[in-house]
Amino acid sequence: MKVIEFSHVSKSFHRAAGQRLLRQYIAELFGGEDKDPFYALKDVNFSIADGECVGVVGANGAGKSTMLSLVTGLVPPTKGAVNVQGRIAALLDLGAGFHQDLTGRENVILNASLLGFKRSQAYDLYDSIVAFSEMAEFMEEPLRTYSNGMRLRLGFSVAVNVDPDILIIDEVLAVGDQQFQNKCIEKIFEIKERGKTILCVSHSGATVQQLCDRALWLDHGQLVMDGTANEVVQAYEGRQAASHA
Amino acid sequence: MRQGPPGFVLLAESFPMWKGDYLFLLQNMVVKDFKIRYRNMSLGVFWSLLNPLILMSVMTFVFTILVPNNTIQNFPLFVLCGLVPFNFFTGAWNNGTICIDNNAGLIKRVPVPREVVPIATVLSTCVHLMIQIGLLLAMALFYGRGIHWNWLWLPIVWVLAIIFVIGIVLVTSALDVYVRDMRYVVESACTVLFWAIPIFYYPSPEIAARFSYVFDYNPITALVFALRIILIDGNAPPLSLLGKFALSSCGMFVIGWFVFRRLKSRFFDYL
Repeated sequence: MKVIEFSHVSKSFHRAAGQRLLRQYIAELFGGEDKDPFYALKDVNFSIADGECVGVVGANGAGKSTMLSLVTGLVPPTKGAVNVQGRIAALLDLGAGFHQDLTGRENVILNASLLGFKRSQAYDLYDSIVAFSEMAEFMEEPLRTYSNGMRLRLGFSVAVNVDPDILIIDEVLAVGDQQFQNKCIEKIFEIKERGKTILCVSHSGATVQQLCDRALWLDHGQLVMDGTANEVVQAYEGRQAASHA
Repeated sequence: MRQGPPGFVLLAESFPMWKGDYLFLLQNMVVKDFKIRYRNMSLGVFWSLLNPLILMSVMTFVFTILVPNNTIQNFPLFVLCGLVPFNFFTGAWNNGTICIDNNAGLIKRVPVPREVVPIATVLSTCVHLMIQIGLLLAMALFYGRGIHWNWLWLPIVWVLAIIFVIGIVLVTSALDVYVRDMRYVVESACTVLFWAIPIFYYPSPEIAARFSYVFDYNPITALVFALRIILIDGNAPPLSLLGKFALSSCGMFVIGWFVFRRLKSRFFDYL
């Protein structure tokens, strides 16, 4: 079964959004076309089946993050359709929605509600999140007092404990100290072994080869290659080496 | 198909359904707003009382001693019936207008229903409102207007006002994402409203008739009039007043809901 499907997906941005004048908004309101949009993704087609583990490689600005935003449903495509089945946990920005002045406990509950949990589920989940983070003693302290590493640890613990059908990872494999990093990687492999779908974005070909079976290569918003992780990573790294030479 | 997991189809110009627990989320967002506003204040919630009390005292001093106005009885209660709605409205409107921008991290990273952010911001202002309404009722008792059956109208008029504020905040918060000048427009509008809403004066019937467009369909003015009728005169607010009040509040809410829905899909691009 297909859990993620992109059909003819394009996503464009206005150039210099935010500095536009009232006149341009009015023109747009009356159906004027944007003359010179910037395409972050252009006519991308692929589908990911249940239980697949797919890596996405590409240079900075190739459209990887835009693709993840579309998969998580943060933004609709400009053209085409994105179809997603299942609960998503996104390790995009660990601790998005955390607030400095709230305690660890309050942040965990708030985050669980943002991720769509019911009250009872959130409180049930709380213990396993805290146990995973190994920071039970700090849960009543405001987040302000946490170190950066501790914050990421808590964010990671919330995200992976939501029992996702689809796990989305954006270059955040390196969280905390070596011991906790190993724990994170173990957890990700455990999720993979449970047959969940994983979509992983990384600059590091090694990570993709290690974790994923299949990979997509994005270049300037276009899908240039879709194949096994080894093939795609080799082609991608070969191309990078060629462009540096 | 597995049972239950939320899925969605995203087409151009559509937005996914978020299948979480709206009430739990809203409650958490309101509590968060309230906690972070007061956590680092030593006087805490007491500020909600202090501000209207100071303004009430200053205005009472000005209009009963410096520029005496003998036509209005119980001036402190009279002016407080204007100040509490005005404070609530401007506070909620100003905070609400910038709330999407303030929560940009959330909007760009969590596919949470966007409406929740402005609604939670307005509702968290209602927590102060409760305290200020408490003050208002205490003043009403102090001026010898005992507890009255007509007080039962109070929840109705306040709910209408809250509906109105949510509506207008949905419009301005969405516009503020696209045109950041919106917040200054709102600030200026609040300054004008301080004079346009009869906070410290009572328009004579001729004046009220002449400027009826300023007074009649402004829900905050309607709220001020209704509060005075209920708390000072001890009467039920006339149905004509309530009718216009309900009409403009619900109308604003419907407009706000549609404007917000129309604009929210591109918040991501502009934040």
